[in-house]
Amino acid sequence: MQPILNVDKLSISFETPKGMVAAVRDISFTLGKERLGIVGESGSGKSQTGRAILGLTAKNGRVSADQILFDGVDLSRLPERRLRKIRGARISMIMQDPRYSLNPVMRVGEQIAEAFRVHTGAKKLQAKDRTIEMLNRVRIREPEKVYNLFPHEVSGGMGQRIMIAMMLIPEPDILIADEPTSALDVTVQLQILSILDDMVREQGMGLILISHDLNLVSSFCDRVLVMYGGQILESLKASDLADAKHPYTRGLLDCLPSVERQGELTVLTRDPKWLENKATSYD
Amino acid sequence: MKIKLLAMIDASNLSITFGSGSKAVHAVQNVSFSVKEGESFGIVGESGSGKSTILRALAGLNRDWRGELKINNELLSPKRHVNFYRNLQMVFQDPYGSLHPRHTVNDILNEPLIIHNFPDRERRIDQALLEVGLGPDYRFRFPHQLSGGQRQRISIARAIIINPPILLLDEPTSALDVSVQAEILNLLQRMRKNYNLTYILVSHNLSVVAHMCDRLAIMNAGKIVEQLDVNDLRERTPSHPYTKQLLNASTGYDRSIADTLKWFD
Repeated sequence: MQPILNVDKLSISFETPKGMVAAVRDISFTLGKERLGIVGESGSGKSQTGRAILGLTAKNGRVSADQILFDGVDLSRLPERRLRKIRGARISMIMQDPRYSLNPVMRVGEQIAEAFRVHTGAKKLQAKDRTIEMLNRVRIREPEKVYNLFPHEVSGGMGQRIMIAMMLIPEPDILIADEPTSALDVTVQLQILSILDDMVREQGMGLILISHDLNLVSSFCDRVLVMYGGQILESLKASDLADAKHPYTRGLLDCLPSVERQGELTVLTRDPKWLENKATSYD
Repeated sequence: MKIKLLAMIDASNLSITFGSGSKAVHAVQNVSFSVKEGESFGIVGESGSGKSTILRALAGLNRDWRGELKINNELLSPKRHVNFYRNLQMVFQDPYGSLHPRHTVNDILNEPLIIHNFPDRERRIDQALLEVGLGPDYRFRFPHQLSGGQRQRISIARAIIINPPILLLDEPTSALDVSVQAEILNLLQRMRKNYNLTYILVSHNLSVVAHMCDRLAIMNAGKIVEQLDVNDLRERTPSHPYTKQLLNASTGYDRSIADTLKWFD
């Protein structure tokens, strides 16, 4: 598969009162026209990886990379002015909670239409038509009515569908979804994922799904990267997750409660060696 | 005064409404269930189903309810006497929000002991800390100096320090990483075994409830749609279609299931 994104030796660290803290250490991966999952616990660096690709790292952060290659340009060396043309239009991002990502004093339809106009230069009326069409595609019933609602008038699941519509309306090549469904009920979660699934298939988009939910990611994605302590410990085909070799991945799988399993849960024991020697092979 | 310690919970025709007139929200409608002594009872439902609202009414945090609530055949009034809380304590979802940020662990654990006139407080605090796997070293730390899992351990220590027979658990692990969740669930299981505690556990996560409970109620839109034994769940033989859908949706992403999802009202 031809990669559309090539991340090479990405490192991110943050300046804190206690000195530099490394959040991501020297990770490399590629993304094709596929669903790539990045799984890890809090603090593993998975969200920072997604943000760094779009140049959204906080001001006290330092990002270094050999290259973040997208369509022949190195995003890590692009000036902000040029990066802004890519961000949103060609690579876009969905965050966890729609309540914090939508403008509370603007009608949701107008927010989506604005995203379209900014990135394509379309006229107002045309943008409105496209917005209604997009709301339809993310399976919102009565899109004309929803167009005129304010964010506080929609449920969490609908808010996330609105975010997806907004992020997909410029037809980006890559969508980074950072825990897009973790604030939602399981049934709504499946519906949101099936919409993303359609978009990947129909538009040939590359999707990076960042999540802490190993089960969800392995059942949804084509490939999974397991992150821990800012490093990629293991990269595997989602269908092979059950045969994961790394003790951390195994530990994550084993500590999940399940409807079937009874008795004491296995507790994950962390080994400092995991971070010392990345090249350790568990074959 | 000797306080009798009781366990055994009965709710019948419990209804809870917020607001009035045309804006009334019927959060809980005619809910009945009973929990035996030493049993672990789960309430599962999606957001807005009314599961936490029931717990808050039981704990006396919401006084505006109708119906009957009994603990060991004694009717509960909306307003509770302080001695009521010798019987029942609660652990909340967000350990950071439920611990006072300017109180040390010592202050946090001391408070229930003072309220309920327990002697020998220092020893009890040390013992409770050991019980939850932390130890006396943690006594003079503040909540911000603890990890999420450690904070939830403190919340559990605060709940069990006065030895109540009943614990109400409101999503005790949903703010935690899965590896930490496993540790907390194991701790709660061990506590229940050691002290023969009665649990009511509320969660949106069917797997967590199935792991922790003997029996469970499935809630949707303020009503209990089904009460079942955890074995029925294991054998995947629930009778109500809503339970089946919830069970299917909990197993991960499956396109064929996503396309069949329905709304139950």
